[in-house]
Amino acid sequence: MLEAFNFRAIIDFLPLFLQGLKGTVLLSLASLTGAMLVGIAACVARLSGIRLLALPAIAFIEIIRSTPLLTQLFFFYFGLPGLGLRLSESQTGILALSLNSGAYIAEILRAGVMAVSKGQIEAALSSGLNLFQRLRYIILPQAIGVTIPALLGQMIVLVKDSALLALISVLELTRAAQLMASERFMPAEGFFTAALFYLMLYYLLKMVSAYWQKRLIYR
Amino acid sequence: MWGIYFSNLMESLPLFFKGLWITLEVSLLSLLLSTLGGFLLGIIRSSKVRWLQYILAAYVDLIRGTPFLVQIFIVFFILPEWDIHLEAFTSAILSLTIYGTAYICEIVFGAIRAVPGGQVEAAIASGLSWRQSMQHVVLPQALRPILPPLVGQYVLLIKDTAVVSVIGLTDITRVGWLTVQRIPEGILVFGLVGLFYFAICYPLIWLSNRLEARMTVEGSRL
Repeated sequence: MLEAFNFRAIIDFLPLFLQGLKGTVLLSLASLTGAMLVGIAACVARLSGIRLLALPAIAFIEIIRSTPLLTQLFFFYFGLPGLGLRLSESQTGILALSLNSGAYIAEILRAGVMAVSKGQIEAALSSGLNLFQRLRYIILPQAIGVTIPALLGQMIVLVKDSALLALISVLELTRAAQLMASERFMPAEGFFTAALFYLMLYYLLKMVSAYWQKRLIYR
Repeated sequence: MWGIYFSNLMESLPLFFKGLWITLEVSLLSLLLSTLGGFLLGIIRSSKVRWLQYILAAYVDLIRGTPFLVQIFIVFFILPEWDIHLEAFTSAILSLTIYGTAYICEIVFGAIRAVPGGQVEAAIASGLSWRQSMQHVVLPQALRPILPPLVGQYVLLIKDTAVVSVIGLTDITRVGWLTVQRIPEGILVFGLVGLFYFAICYPLIWLSNRLEARMTVEGSRL
């Protein structure tokens, strides 16, 4: 198999793959930022104890978790123009990824908040802190601390999920591979190269995650 | 406008049910094969043979480190170059099984490793062989903590079957994609597609949560 592998073509297409890598990294970072905002909002709403906030948050989280990302992506891609909202392909992608990962992050954060001991919250309450202050100074710093490894795991999922944006022709790693496959008819070279770049990102995030886990244990 | 689209959509409902059938077929077959493969490899991985452990760890990392979309493209486009010609359906099952097996292998391996070492030592000291200690001592104990994450993994796998639509298999997602070309109302069309997935996945998520809750309660009794 290797004798048929065209390394020259990979070198020819390397600039495209680097552009794709940049696309994957930027899309993931943008979506992660969006997902954190969505996740914090959904988690706070769910735990607020106010039914009017909690019920929509629960519905949002369960709907997102019970349907495939690809369906959600097409829902926004084909659905938003009908509502008069014209977003670019990458904006649509970032929106779908943010909402999708946001629901999972909301659940991760909820587990983290549950792990904050009751005494802490009671102490905060008796010190006269209001809901926002309790969240800002007591709950979130501790909740985010213990959930960092799980959040990095979600980041790994996010990087891999961003591959689906290739299907709405956003330029990222998988799209670069698709372009190489169709222009030169070299699917093997294209997709194996993309896989290699994804593995690099995966091991990088895994190393960061292992480092954090160690820090959490030794603290 | 919505009224016309809605009645159009109702007319193409049989197509959606055909797509749903394909999704169910692909899901059930690949879940079954992945479960078999995952248990087999998970058990092999917890044997004390070093090189097997390294190979399986590398396999799990390769699968978990790359998107399923890239994996299915590799299976679908590259096997023909080696003169292996598969239909879209077979390619879909094959790639989903390779993918699912890696995740289930990790779950099974993790659960087996969590069984206290003293149990295995006691079994070996009683004269049981490795296979016997696995079968009668370790696996029965590992099975309970395996269940909740296994059901959770099933949900993820069923959702990932949506990706097989890209190699031309007419599953429910592809039916949606084909329908939206005629009825340009994405919210309606993919809302309906989502509804079908929800009907399959939500009960499973509920089951996984319940199994987990039951385990924590029973665990805390200790």
